[in-house]
Amino acid sequence: MQFPLTEEQRLIQTTAREFADNEIAPVADKHNREGVFPADLVKRMGQLGFLGMLVPETYGGNGIGNFGLVLALEEVNRACASTGVTMSVQNSLVCAPIVHFGSAALKKKYLPKLASGEFLGAYALSEPGSGSDAAGLVASAVKDGDSFVLNGTKNFITTGAEADVVIAMLRTDPSHKTRGITAFIVESGWEGFAVGKKEDKLGLRSSSTVQLVFEDMRVPAANILGEVGIGFKIAMHTLDGGRIGIAAQAVGIAQACLDASVKYAEEREAFDQQIGKFQAIQFKLANMATKIEASRLLVYNAARLKDAGQPHGKEAAMAKLFASEASNDAAREAVQIHGGAGYLEDFSVERYFRDARITEIYEGTSEIQRIVIARHVLKNLR
Amino acid sequence: MKIVVLVKSVPDTESKIKIGADGTSIDPQGLKFIMNPYDEFAVEEGLRIKERLKDDTTVVAVSMGPERAVEVLRTALAMGADDAIHVSDPAFEGGDAQANARVLAEVIRPLSPDLILGGKQAIDYDAAQVCPAIAEYLGMPQALIVSELKISDDKKVATARRRVEGGDEMVEMTLPALVTCEKGLNEPRYASLPGIMKAKKKEIKKVGLADLPLKAESVGAAGSKTKVVKYHNLPERPPVKMIAGDAAAQAAELVRLLREEAKVI
Ligand SMILES: Cc1cc2nc3c(=O)[nH]c(=O)nc-3n(C[C@H](O)[C@H](O)[C@H](O)COP(=O)(O)OP(=O)(O)OC[C@H]3O[C@@H](n4cnc5c(N)ncnc54)[C@H](O)[C@@H]3O)c2cc1C
Repeated sequence: MQFPLTEEQRLIQTTAREFADNEIAPVADKHNREGVFPADLVKRMGQLGFLGMLVPETYGGNGIGNFGLVLALEEVNRACASTGVTMSVQNSLVCAPIVHFGSAALKKKYLPKLASGEFLGAYALSEPGSGSDAAGLVASAVKDGDSFVLNGTKNFITTGAEADVVIAMLRTDPSHKTRGITAFIVESGWEGFAVGKKEDKLGLRSSSTVQLVFEDMRVPAANILGEVGIGFKIAMHTLDGGRIGIAAQAVGIAQACLDASVKYAEEREAFDQQIGKFQAIQFKLANMATKIEASRLLVYNAARLKDAGQPHGKEAAMAKLFASEASNDAAREAVQIHGGAGYLEDFSVERYFRDARITEIYEGTSEIQRIVIARHVLKNLR
Repeated sequence: MKIVVLVKSVPDTESKIKIGADGTSIDPQGLKFIMNPYDEFAVEEGLRIKERLKDDTTVVAVSMGPERAVEVLRTALAMGADDAIHVSDPAFEGGDAQANARVLAEVIRPLSPDLILGGKQAIDYDAAQVCPAIAEYLGMPQALIVSELKISDDKKVATARRRVEGGDEMVEMTLPALVTCEKGLNEPRYASLPGIMKAKKKEIKKVGLADLPLKAESVGAAGSKTKVVKYHNLPERPPVKMIAGDAAAQAAELVRLLREEAKVI
C-alpha cells in the first residue's frame, strides 16, 4: 500500500518486517502445531524495544506511540498471530494503563521491566460468568488495613501462564455495578495466585489462554491503579487502545492470507493455466486487497487519533469491527483459493484461517463493537 | 580507533528489475530499496570491534547516492553507528566505479580512519570495484571477501581470513587498511527501536563537490572512463519438459533428448 510514512516510521516497519520474516515466520507453524509459547522470540522482541512502544523513555521504553505500534503489530501478526497477541497485550493492555493511571511509584517499579520484556504481563477482566458484560464481574477485593484481599477466578487470560504481573479488575463494591470495580497490579509470585486450566483452542495455539485463580491473595493498596472505584473506566479506556492493536492484528493475518493466495494463484495450474488467470480467483484477490487496504486505513486513523490525544473510541471500534471481519473473509477465501491444500496443516493458510477467528471475539465481540459504534452514532435516543 | 563503514542503497533482492526507457539505466519506479546486504556485515563488524575495544572508537557510516541513501545511513545509525555522511552532488551522477571511488576516497581521507569496511560487492551492479579502488587512492592495504577479521590488541594489525578458490587465505595487514565483508563474517543485528529513536535525532552530514579537492571533470559521468551502452534483459527461460514413465523409461528418454534435442551429449 502506498501511504506516506515518515523515515522513522519506515524504519520501524522495516525492522519489524525483517524480524518477522527472518525470526518468527520460519518457526510459527511448528510453534503453533506444538502449542509452544515462543519465550525466546518474545525475549528478543523485548530487547529490540517491541514491548515498550507506549512506554516513555523515562520509564525504560521508547515512546514510539500507537502509530508505530500498529505498523510493527501488522508485521509480527503477518508471521504469527500468537506472537502478535502477546506483543499487543504487553503494550496496550498492560503497559498503557500503567502509564496512564499508575502512580509514579508503580510506574517506576513495573514499567522498565515490562518495556524490556524482563517481565511479561497479562490483563484480567473476563470471568467465567462475565465476558461481553464485563461489569458483571464478581471476583472480589476486600480492604483489610493497608491491603486488599482478593478472591475469585479470571477466565481466558492471554499470557496468563507466563505473566509476571497481571492487571486485574476486581469488585470492591457490590452495591454499584460499574463504579464498584477497582484495577490492581498483582504479581504472579504472590501467595494466593494460581494458574488454573490452560485452554485448548481453535487457533492462537502458541499463546497461552488460562484461568487465573486468586485465593486470599493479599495485595498492597499501593498497587491500585488510579483509585478505588474507577477500575471499569480504566478497563474500557484500555480496551479502546487495545482494539486498535487487535485491528492491526487482523490486518496482519489478512495480509498473510493475500500474500499466500497471490503466490499460490501464480503457481498452481488447472485446466492448463495458472489459476490466477481465472476471473473467479482474480475477483477474490481484488476483494481481499481492497478490504485489507480499507482496514489498514481505519487502523492508521484510530492510532493517529489516539497519539494526538483525541477521542478515538468510535474509530477504534470501527477499525476492529471492519478489520476483523475483513480478516475472516480473507482467510476463508485464502483457503478456497488453495483448494484442498488450504485445508491441510502443511500450508500456513490453514493456521491463518483458525487464527483470524479470534479477532472477531476478544477485546469485544463484533456485536459489542457495533453496540459501541451505534452509541456514538445515535445521540438522541431516550 | 576510527572506523569508516561504506553503505549503499540497493534494490531489494526480491524486486523485479526493469530496464529504464533509455536502455542504459534501471527504472527505480516501484522498487523497494534496502541496505546492500554485504554492507550490513560491514556495519555489524564495525560495531562489534567498537564494542570489543570498549574505548573511544567511533564508527562513521558513509553513503554516496541519491536522497534514498539517507535511509540507509539512518539504518546504520539505528544499528549503532556514531556518525553518518551523505555524499551527494548533481556532479557525481553517472559516475563509474573508479570515479565514485575517487570521490569517496577524498571524503574519507580527512577522517584518517584506521579501518575502512565495506561489502564485498553491491548486489545492484555487482562490480566489486569501488572498495579496492578507494584503498588504492588512499594508499592502504586491502583484504577482499573477508569472512573473519581480528584486530590486534595494540590496534596496529588486522588479520583477515579470505575466501579463495578451494580454501581460505590468512592475510595480515598493518592498519590503516580496507576490508570488504563476506557472508559468514557475522550475523548483523536488527536496528532496535530505541536505536531508531536515537538515530532520528542525529544529524547526517552532507558532502558535495564543493567540499572536496576535486574538479568536476574528474567525477561523475565526466570523470568516468567506462560508459554503460545498453542493458539487456535475460532471455526467457524455455518451458520445462516433464518426462513420464518408470525410472528406466525416463532415463532412456532423457538420454535421447539430451542427444537429439539439446545436443549436449
Ligand atoms: C483466545 C482468547 C483470549 C482472551 N484473552 C483475554 C484476556 O487476555 N483478558 C480478558 O479479560 N479476556 C480475554 N478473553 C475473553 C474475551 O474477551 C471474551 O471471550 C469476549 O469478550 C466475549 O465474552 P464471552 O466469551 O463471555 O461471550 P459472551 O459475552 O457470553 O457472548 C456470547 C455471544 O453473545 C453476544 N452478546 C453478548 N452480549 C450481547 C449484547 N448486549 N448484544 C448482542 N450480542 C451480545 C456476543 O457477541 C457473543 O456472540 C479471551 C478470549 C479468548 C477466546
